[in-house]
Amino acid sequence: MEIWIVLAVIVVIGLFLVATYNRLVTLRQRVREAWSDIDVQLKRRYDLIPNLVATVKGYAAHEAGVFDRVTQARANAIAAGQTGSPEQRAQAENVLTGALRSVFAVAENYPQLQAVQEFKDLSENLTATEDKIAFARRFYNGNVRDYNTALQTFPTNVLAGMFGFTAEQYFELADAATEREAPKVSFS
Amino acid sequence: MSVSQQHLNIYSAISANRWRTVALIVGFTVVVCLVAFVFGDYFSGSTNGGLALMPVAIGFSMVSSFASYFAGDKLVLAQSHAQELAPGAETQLRNVVETLAVGLGIDPPKIYVIEDSAPNAFATGRDPKHASIAVTRGLLDKMDRTELEGVLAHEMSHVVNRDIRVMLLITVLVGTIALLSDWMLRSMWWGGGRGSRRDRSGGGAIIAVVAIVLAILTPIIAQIIQFAVSRQREYLADASGALLTRYPEGLASALRKIAADTEPLEVANKATAPLYIANPLHDDPKFFDRLFDTHPPIQERIKRLEAME
Repeated sequence: MEIWIVLAVIVVIGLFLVATYNRLVTLRQRVREAWSDIDVQLKRRYDLIPNLVATVKGYAAHEAGVFDRVTQARANAIAAGQTGSPEQRAQAENVLTGALRSVFAVAENYPQLQAVQEFKDLSENLTATEDKIAFARRFYNGNVRDYNTALQTFPTNVLAGMFGFTAEQYFELADAATEREAPKVSFS
Repeated sequence: MSVSQQHLNIYSAISANRWRTVALIVGFTVVVCLVAFVFGDYFSGSTNGGLALMPVAIGFSMVSSFASYFAGDKLVLAQSHAQELAPGAETQLRNVVETLAVGLGIDPPKIYVIEDSAPNAFATGRDPKHASIAVTRGLLDKMDRTELEGVLAHEMSHVVNRDIRVMLLITVLVGTIALLSDWMLRSMWWGGGRGSRRDRSGGGAIIAVVAIVLAILTPIIAQIIQFAVSRQREYLADASGALLTRYPEGLASALRKIAADTEPLEVANKATAPLYIANPLHDDPKFFDRLFDTHPPIQERIKRLEAME
């Protein structure tokens, strides 16, 4: 009789372990997929920058300092993307965003440049890419939060330690100007 | 509301909609079988006549369910005269849709444009991988970027919640039931099997009454289901859309513009109206009809969005 009770308990515990493990794997997988979404958009921004620099340079060649800064920031961001943690990467991306702003600020002073179709397309594409980075980041952070919350709640936290699941880092871009607060929603 | 709560809501909406899908198909099959049974019984004068129609009824239900699941979106888009957006056209629209798709972690849906000056939009399809969003020319002309973003975020929430699948099935299946009962009512009106009925006493009259009641009631019941299901989800899509853009004012402002526009959308009809972001028919509902409104009052939606800020 007792042996059946023991067996039943073992089976229940086993099922629980499997379910928890699988849930953590799913959540971690979502985090990784979301991260690759950010990656795609950041790479797209790297690809657009040389064209932008070339186009603006044609009209404002003497503003060389601005172009050097954005080119350097781009190289740093790419390097951080290959080796750095999300935190280092976010820092490099923030510098790049700032440098890009100054390129557009320079471009403001050249009305002929504003009228060029290529410049218009580039700036629409860059705006869209920056929007996508912001949205991809939000999606990523939402997934990280779900995963980290699961890791920290009992009894999953005990098992997570046993299976070697570790918390993921948020991707924070300190960009108060474009970031909007989440609205408060009530379903009453 | 935190991001994880938003996720929770979406996941519970998805599972609720999965059940609704199953319930709809089962309910549809039951209703079709019931109609076929009464119909067969009425005309043959015996229960066997009703039972003989069962395989036909079940086969018919399965075929219509499959057809609306896999091809219903194309039917709805064609009926609304929606044209797929050519590559390179409407860059802003495409960019906004792609951006929102990134924010939701889904593939961007296909984009369609309806050449009509009334501002409106709807989403359809069976899941996020087979989703389409249609917007009218009027919406593109009258909305600025944040308003467009608000409207599209609402539609994309329907896509992620799988509301589009439920609404699609409802639209096509309710239409089919309405057609069937209409057909039954007409054939009974013109007399069919009344003669053979007289051979049996009592039961015949009851079956005839049941048939008539069923023929009248089914489309009404189907419609009530449709309305009950669609009103609450409009609020939910407004809320999740606002959470996605972090800017409820965009959608609120778009709804204000849509409310101010009195032009009816020519390509919409009673069956497709519930799909749109706001009632495209602009028929002023009387008190009784309020029960059958597919959309919550637009002013109430605007008020709720304003309260979020």
